Amino acid sequence: MRDEISNAVPIYLKVAEKIEDAILSGAFPEDTQVPSTTEISIHDKINPATALKGVNLLVENGVLYKKRGVGMFVSPGAAEKIKQRRKEEFSKNYIRDLILEAQKLSLTKEEVISLIERGYENENH
Amino acid sequence: MKTIEVKGISKNFKDTRALDNVTLTFKENRIYGLLGRNGAGKSTLLNLISNRLFPDSGSICVCGEPVMENDRALSYLFCMSDQDLYPEGMRVEAAFQWSGVFYPDFDMEYAKSLSKKFGLRLNKKIKNLSTGYASIFKLIVALSCNVPFVLLDEPVLGLDANHRDLFYRELLDAYANNPRTFIISTHLIEEVAGIIEQVVIIKEGKVILNDSMENVLSMGYCITGPVAAVDSYAAGKKLLGENVLGGLKSAYFWGQYDTDPLPQGLERSSLDLQKLFIELTNA
Repeated sequence: MRDEISNAVPIYLKVAEKIEDAILSGAFPEDTQVPSTTEISIHDKINPATALKGVNLLVENGVLYKKRGVGMFVSPGAAEKIKQRRKEEFSKNYIRDLILEAQKLSLTKEEVISLIERGYENENH
Repeated sequence: MKTIEVKGISKNFKDTRALDNVTLTFKENRIYGLLGRNGAGKSTLLNLISNRLFPDSGSICVCGEPVMENDRALSYLFCMSDQDLYPEGMRVEAAFQWSGVFYPDFDMEYAKSLSKKFGLRLNKKIKNLSTGYASIFKLIVALSCNVPFVLLDEPVLGLDANHRDLFYRELLDAYANNPRTFIISTHLIEEVAGIIEQVVIIKEGKVILNDSMENVLSMGYCITGPVAAVDSYAAGKKLLGENVLGGLKSAYFWGQYDTDPLPQGLERSSLDLQKLFIELTNA
């Protein structure tokens, strides 16, 4: 069973995450315009206020910037900024969940590490 | 500020109390979800607001004007329901023109473009439309008449999944282009959960919840674990309901979740609107 953080993600955070993912994948390059909150609202079938909240979060975090009367754009260095923040979250969320689950299963630290190594080997095949 | 003010409304049908002293305000430019079980009083409320029924007591004002026999107040709102209000034998296009007489801001071009998107033929007689297309026809009128308050009673009745999807997108598009208040009464809670901003839940003629989606979702949560551990956690908290599976119990709570770490063996999960609705309106 997943932890509360993963199963209760509010929609506006999902909006923000989707835009970040698009920036990381290169679909939304730096200094280009991102879809308007209306477009996001219709595309995702969500209330525009929710879409706006997600976009505003990214403005606060410096991932997007606003051009008055035009719309929202991807900030220079946004991808790097997102990666940096997600790396910090990675250790806080994923690693913590991993350790909690491992403890539940009575897996030792060494066993977990060897499982991770094996996982990497399978990925590289 | 444009509002619908419902004050102390009660309505009886013979020996049934359909609405019991209901007071609430619908604000400008918001999308409301009006939820309730069958027979809770949703349609009665919408019919009272649109002056198709008269209250036994209380008053309703739209934009400051009482709705009782008042054409000006009624011109601020459109109510879509399963009732048919068009003359026998009228065709779709003529019905659009007719709507334009009652609603001066009715957008004919838009109604025609929506008809095309939904595949509604303009020369069809309204009485010959299938259940789904009868709903679609009424939805198109509702979206096209450009009034401050649009009341939708079971808007997607008989619509297939594709048309429901199209309708929700067109609703959001219309809302973005020309903000107004939508009050959507529906049993398909999961489908509207993302769209609505305010939730009103009616139970046995009374409003039991009227709050923003954000607050509502932050108030409900579920705790799962061994029966004894869940029971001791539940002490002093507002329990909505519970499910037991062998020695495992899931309990649903209403209240601000305290952030203290949970006792060993218990897990917390969130409740979505539909689950919350079920727990709030059960029994």
